[in-house]
Amino acid sequence: MERHFERDLEELKERLLWMGSLAERAVHQAVHSVLDADEKLAQTVLREENAINELQIEIDDRVVQLLALQQLMAADLRFVLAIARINNDLERIGDQAVNIAHSATRIVRHPRVKPYVDLPRMGELAEKMMRDSLDSLVRRDIELARSVLARDDQVDQLRDQIFRELLSYMMGDSSVVFPAFELILVAKNLERVADHATNVAEDVIYMVAGSDVRHPAVDRNTA
Amino acid sequence: MSSAFPLMANSGAAASSTAKVTAQNPAMSASGANTLRMKVTKLDFFYGKHHALHNVSLEVATNKVTALIGPSGCGKSTLLRTLNRMHETLRHTRLEGEITLDGVNILTLDVTKLRRLVGMVFQKPNPFPKSIYDNVAYGLRINGHAGRLDDAVEKSLRRAALWDEVKDKLQKSAYALSGGQQQRLCIARALAVDPEVLLLDEPCSALDPVNTAKIEELLFELKPTCTLVIVTHNMQQAARVSDSTAFMLNGDLIEFSPTGHMFTTPSDPRTEAYITGRFG
Repeated sequence: MERHFERDLEELKERLLWMGSLAERAVHQAVHSVLDADEKLAQTVLREENAINELQIEIDDRVVQLLALQQLMAADLRFVLAIARINNDLERIGDQAVNIAHSATRIVRHPRVKPYVDLPRMGELAEKMMRDSLDSLVRRDIELARSVLARDDQVDQLRDQIFRELLSYMMGDSSVVFPAFELILVAKNLERVADHATNVAEDVIYMVAGSDVRHPAVDRNTA
Repeated sequence: MSSAFPLMANSGAAASSTAKVTAQNPAMSASGANTLRMKVTKLDFFYGKHHALHNVSLEVATNKVTALIGPSGCGKSTLLRTLNRMHETLRHTRLEGEITLDGVNILTLDVTKLRRLVGMVFQKPNPFPKSIYDNVAYGLRINGHAGRLDDAVEKSLRRAALWDEVKDKLQKSAYALSGGQQQRLCIARALAVDPEVLLLDEPCSALDPVNTAKIEELLFELKPTCTLVIVTHNMQQAARVSDSTAFMLNGDLIEFSPTGHMFTTPSDPRTEAYITGRFG
């Protein structure tokens, strides 16, 4: 017997995935607005941010209605709680894309500091983590979600590498301080995108298996 | 999401806006712009000297589920029973005010005709001591059904989501069915004469959770073709199945709101206290 609210749960997931695709596109365009010095593309990201924010509110409303009206239990309850958390992470990813786009509008006013090598790699990694975390939600695939968690360290390492490299450029030539600093911010924003993708993957594991993998060091019996 | 940016249809806006409705009379409409099937205006009801309903006004939207909730003795079943004049079966009762069905005062209608248009299902399943078939066919026969009786019985049993379970034993006694099946049979019996409105007085209170879920799903199935009013002690049930909810207390209609609004941001502190379990 299919329960009536299963249609509501399915719609909720569809709306979240739509939001995910908008956030993913925003990050992709924001990164390319930096790499290609494309201010128009940056402006597109800034213009489209509101659609993500509107979806956050819509999904929140749907979650509240489901929690208030349907007395969800077990897998259904975990699903809706996970959606509520992922909703916040996707909105924050949209914010990071906006930050990157703002940086792009400032970076374009300066000559390129250096050829971009690690930044595109970092962008691709973060985007792939996002995509895989949402795919793991669609497929209820814990292994894929775990693989996202494992990749977070790679992104952190790239961020540190970019920071060290740009610091050395700044020390050698004070005229590049401003654009180099902006690039460090971009790397920091991308690292946050990867963190949010990691959160999404953790929520998928909770949703599917019921296990909380967020803070392994915390003893659940005493927390 | 195998592609980077899948094209997904923007499938509808956020949860529909909610009309904030307060407890003031006259007639409260909880559902916005729906057409009205029934309208209760300034209804007072008395059991002898006991004043059971005080100046109650509310509107029952067509093809929606309206739930009446409130603590025991609040008047919700009394209000339900007035909607098809079932109160007239009790002595020393008195009704003041107006109740209309499709704009017509129900007091001016022939009571048999009214009860055909506004059917009722009770708390405890009450099938007739007859076969499953005859339980459904009974109302059709006394109303002089013109078409093939077999087809009408099947249609009603299908609408009540019972056909698949009973199609091979239609001539067996209705008492051989489980409690949940008996209740769906009673719904099929009520549906047989094609009522415009179906009143349900705690239809699941004698059922287990699985059969309760079946009845609740059935309400969703019936909604496109029938207007439903349900009295329930079970607030969660009201939340799950209804479009609008009326909260009653001591014979007063305290609040009548879209259900999503009532259970998230009730307007009256008494409603809030009740639905959060602080009294009742």
